[in-house]
Amino acid sequence: MTAHQSSGKPDTVYFFGTCIIDLFYPRAGLAGMELLKRHGLRVVFPPGQSCCGQPARNSGYLDEARAVALQQIDSFPQDWPIVVPSGSCAGMMKTHYPDLFEGRPEHAKAVAFSQRVHELTDFLVTVLQVKLEDKGEPVKVTWHGSCHSMREMGVVDQPKELLRQLSNVTLIENPREKECCGFGGTFAVRQPEISAAMVGDKVAALEETGASEVLSGDCGCLMNITGAMDKAKKPMGGRHIAEFLLERCK
Amino acid sequence: MSGDFTQRAPGALNDPTLRRNFRRAMDGLMTKRAAQFQDTAAWNALRARGAAVKARVVSKLPELLEQLEANCTANGITVHWAESTAEANAIVLEILQAAGAKKVIKGKSMVSEEMELNHYLGDHGIKAVESDLGEYIIQLAGEAPSHIVMPCIHKNKSEIAALFAEHIDGLGYTEDVDTLTAAARKALRNEFATADAGISGVNFAVAETGTLVLVENEGNGRLSTTLPPLHIALMGIEKLAETLEDIPPLLSLLPRSATGQAITTYVNMISSPRKPGEKDGPEQVHLVLLDSGRSRVYADEQLRDTLRCIRCGACMNHCPVYSRVGGHTYKFVYPGPIGKILTPQLEGLDCAGDQPHASTLCNACVEVCPVKIPIADLLVRLRGESVHSSDSPAVKGAGSRHNWREALVWRGWKFMYSHPLAYAAGAKVLSRLGNAIPDSAPMIREWTSVRNRPKFAGKTLHELVREEGYDHE
Repeated sequence: MTAHQSSGKPDTVYFFGTCIIDLFYPRAGLAGMELLKRHGLRVVFPPGQSCCGQPARNSGYLDEARAVALQQIDSFPQDWPIVVPSGSCAGMMKTHYPDLFEGRPEHAKAVAFSQRVHELTDFLVTVLQVKLEDKGEPVKVTWHGSCHSMREMGVVDQPKELLRQLSNVTLIENPREKECCGFGGTFAVRQPEISAAMVGDKVAALEETGASEVLSGDCGCLMNITGAMDKAKKPMGGRHIAEFLLERCK
Repeated sequence: MSGDFTQRAPGALNDPTLRRNFRRAMDGLMTKRAAQFQDTAAWNALRARGAAVKARVVSKLPELLEQLEANCTANGITVHWAESTAEANAIVLEILQAAGAKKVIKGKSMVSEEMELNHYLGDHGIKAVESDLGEYIIQLAGEAPSHIVMPCIHKNKSEIAALFAEHIDGLGYTEDVDTLTAAARKALRNEFATADAGISGVNFAVAETGTLVLVENEGNGRLSTTLPPLHIALMGIEKLAETLEDIPPLLSLLPRSATGQAITTYVNMISSPRKPGEKDGPEQVHLVLLDSGRSRVYADEQLRDTLRCIRCGACMNHCPVYSRVGGHTYKFVYPGPIGKILTPQLEGLDCAGDQPHASTLCNACVEVCPVKIPIADLLVRLRGESVHSSDSPAVKGAGSRHNWREALVWRGWKFMYSHPLAYAAGAKVLSRLGNAIPDSAPMIREWTSVRNRPKFAGKTLHELVREEGYDHE
């Protein structure tokens, strides 16, 4: 825990945008930063950041993953919390950076970095203890918890807690919430048929809720889920929770 | 079925009955297991104990194996060491031939599946009859187990009814479960009574006392190990406990994790052959300890965590990949997450290098493993081993999946993502021109088979952050 947290809210945070958001969903990134700014924080976006390194690590290319991880570690030099709008990238940085550098000179640096990493919704709930005011029309949504968010970052209830703060939003949970959507990074293209079966089942489970929209804290899952929904011409949509929260509170 | 895992998968995915059978069965097993572990604190405490016991056992495996051998021998159990499955088969055959055995009754044993023992014995004129109901069913069907705990889980009631109607004289077609079970029981009773030897697996062998612990639900394990005059127990060298005190946590974790039972119907603790004056039990008990690549797993500090496994099958019950394709798609004896880490280590990455890629790394298996095997981390380790060769590789067949094109792509990726200027330039180009890449390009082709592709946003977050005036330091 950093000095900032033990004395309550920090003044300044870093934002790690993730590579998927950078290229495909920059509005989700901006929304995350805006939410933090609205709660009185100075948000710093280091330009040297790129990708957490997870794609290489998960493919077994650890040297390549380490080089990219080190670039991130060195891009966030101040002792500020690092907020990440993705449980998967946050999980990589929090749980796997220390392992990646085990027995190497950079280990201490990697550990110190990892301890500053927070998933966005967890940071909003646990550290900032935000109270959201809903200004939107009544709407029904459902939630997809990403595997790494739940199982590496322990983020299960935090995002739903935020949604429940919104008076006009009805959260309809789906029974397959904890099941992988079949994205798995390169898995989706390495095992296309199995991934297709998984995302097909996922979309069916989400549709059964009758919600108009699925929200998630991970754009990797969303890219997979909404991509499948769109291809099948389903009326349902999906968004990063940060965009949704910001829209409701504007 | 041929080809690698990826090529075999569509066959299973396009079989709606198989998909339904697995989905329903796995859903049921997950629900039953969850009901056993509702108290999170108790689960965490029990699991920590189980993991600690097995980690300790694995850390001192050689010395405990010697202790087990000494104590079994003192108890009158004959211990045999087999380095390979071929050696194990030869040992079993020799014991059976010395006893003049023509028919053996078998309890469930995955090690015997590794050995392909039934085929081997059949080739040498000895009939092996499976007595576990699930194993009996797949033996009738001429199939291999599709799950390590529930070998015939891929079959539904009507498929089993048809199989029994075909193979059990006078039964006819019925889907009444009691009738089907009674018919199997009746057929097996005769086999038990006339078998010359019994063969079983071992769940835990206790080094301190030389005791073989065997859990089961049907009583077939007890009959197989007590009725015939000769009992041969088969175990992998890792299925050890150090002391009797190690057994309660493991015995509590295993059935809860496997089938959602607080305890199995039968818990057998076998400590010797029949002693003078005793009225039942086999006259000879043999224990065959199979290595078959496990010593090599033990030799690596990280990979040896694989050897903690107590074969509960919870990892496969919770695996979103396994539940879609079933056990046979993996092609090897151990399917699902544990198989994906164990098989490449036992068989080599050259022939099982496809297995570690059959995972999204979702960690569902890691979350339920009762002995905390870091399955996802080991999958990543094995993926790395498969593409990097070394002079003294930890895993057989390391480097066999090395592909210079793939390696080059990752080198390029590393350069772009670790040099901010290269990344800024690359991201700028991609965000403006990326949407023009055709759908037929590699990876996009697979992606767009069932999904629309995401659109590059035109401007990156890096650019937008600057425009919005955020601090950019």
